[in-house]
Amino acid sequence: MTPTRKKRLAVVGLIVLSVGAAATVAITALQDNMLFFISPSDVHAQTLPADRHFRLGGLVSEGSVSRDPHSLLVSFQVTDGAHEIPVTFTGILPDLFREGQGVIAHGNIGPDGVFHAREVLARHDETYMPNEVARALEKAGTPHEVNMPTSRQAQNQSGY
Amino acid sequence: MIWKKIKVGFHKLGSPPVFYRVCQVVAPWLWAGAAVCAAFGLYKALFVVPPDYQQSDSFRILYVHVPAAWQAMAGYLVMSILAIIALVWRIRTTEIMAMMGAPIGAAFTTICLATGSIWGRPMWGTWWAWDARLTSMLVLLFVYLGIMGLYAAFEDKRKGARVACILILVGLVNIPIIHFSVEWWTTLHQGSTISFFGESSMDASMMPPLWWMVIATKLMFGAALLDRSRNELVEQDRRKGWVRQKMEATA
Repeated sequence: MTPTRKKRLAVVGLIVLSVGAAATVAITALQDNMLFFISPSDVHAQTLPADRHFRLGGLVSEGSVSRDPHSLLVSFQVTDGAHEIPVTFTGILPDLFREGQGVIAHGNIGPDGVFHAREVLARHDETYMPNEVARALEKAGTPHEVNMPTSRQAQNQSGY
Repeated sequence: MIWKKIKVGFHKLGSPPVFYRVCQVVAPWLWAGAAVCAAFGLYKALFVVPPDYQQSDSFRILYVHVPAAWQAMAGYLVMSILAIIALVWRIRTTEIMAMMGAPIGAAFTTICLATGSIWGRPMWGTWWAWDARLTSMLVLLFVYLGIMGLYAAFEDKRKGARVACILILVGLVNIPIIHFSVEWWTTLHQGSTISFFGESSMDASMMPPLWWMVIATKLMFGAALLDRSRNELVEQDRRKGWVRQKMEATA
């Protein structure tokens, strides 16, 4: 390699490295703001003001869904295994919504301690399998458990 | 000996008439391979693979979504390598190839965003969410469009290519962000299903069409890249002797 090309290669390397360093610094600084939702444990750990809107993410507790027979009101519990938060929502839920499934609710915690959701999104976990496999797993006594990341986990995984 | 032959072969690709000829010969084979793989993959994806236990038939869109997303990112890596070669060695055909990858990558990114959105509406309950994965993928689309715009803004194509190559390297930082976004932060988008070193969270019976489609998109990208580069080369060299000779020979 000629000296000119070596110099150019060094400049190219410097560009990639400096942009990478700048991005790392920016991402580290914005770490908390990049989270799309926080888990019930996080909500428990810090007391948010009643009018503060945020996204709550977790699994719908088994047996917690109850629907009002006269309206579109649905109430359920969102859990991350450690803490549970009661949620109410009026409206149409996405196809994937069911007990044991991951959900992300956007709203705020009222003075009554209930999370009033304005929007509820279902979160798909990354598992795909045919019906037969799902049934076989259930028969074997090891049904598939939906995996939902928690914000704490996410922060620990980042390694920063 | 063989090493020297390969080296000489690569050097020859820097010559426009040789490059033109190689593209002309190789591209149709890539297109044919892509068509066969895509036809086979789509048939298996739509008719052979069993429906998902939760999403039923809607999950089949992933056989387009995932290969398109991977190709959008892989295409960017290819462009980055070409950009480094173009910046260090100043080979004109490499500059052209680096530039011609951008619209193809942008097309794959658009397919990825569109199919994701169509799937997200019934499954998640929304067309779009500003989570880290979706946003970083949208940024990739804008980077692709930026490269195209910057290249087009210069009268001197070689100068434009060199400046846009630097933009390619600046945008490279976004690729690991897209990949790790679902691990670093909480996102609406699910984590990675396919793991190359561990166990994938997709049943083995659903895998084969995915690989066929992945091969198909790779070949498609290669074929489109060679065709576009050949066209750009002829367009730029339209007043040069070798192009005139070629055109007179075919006329």
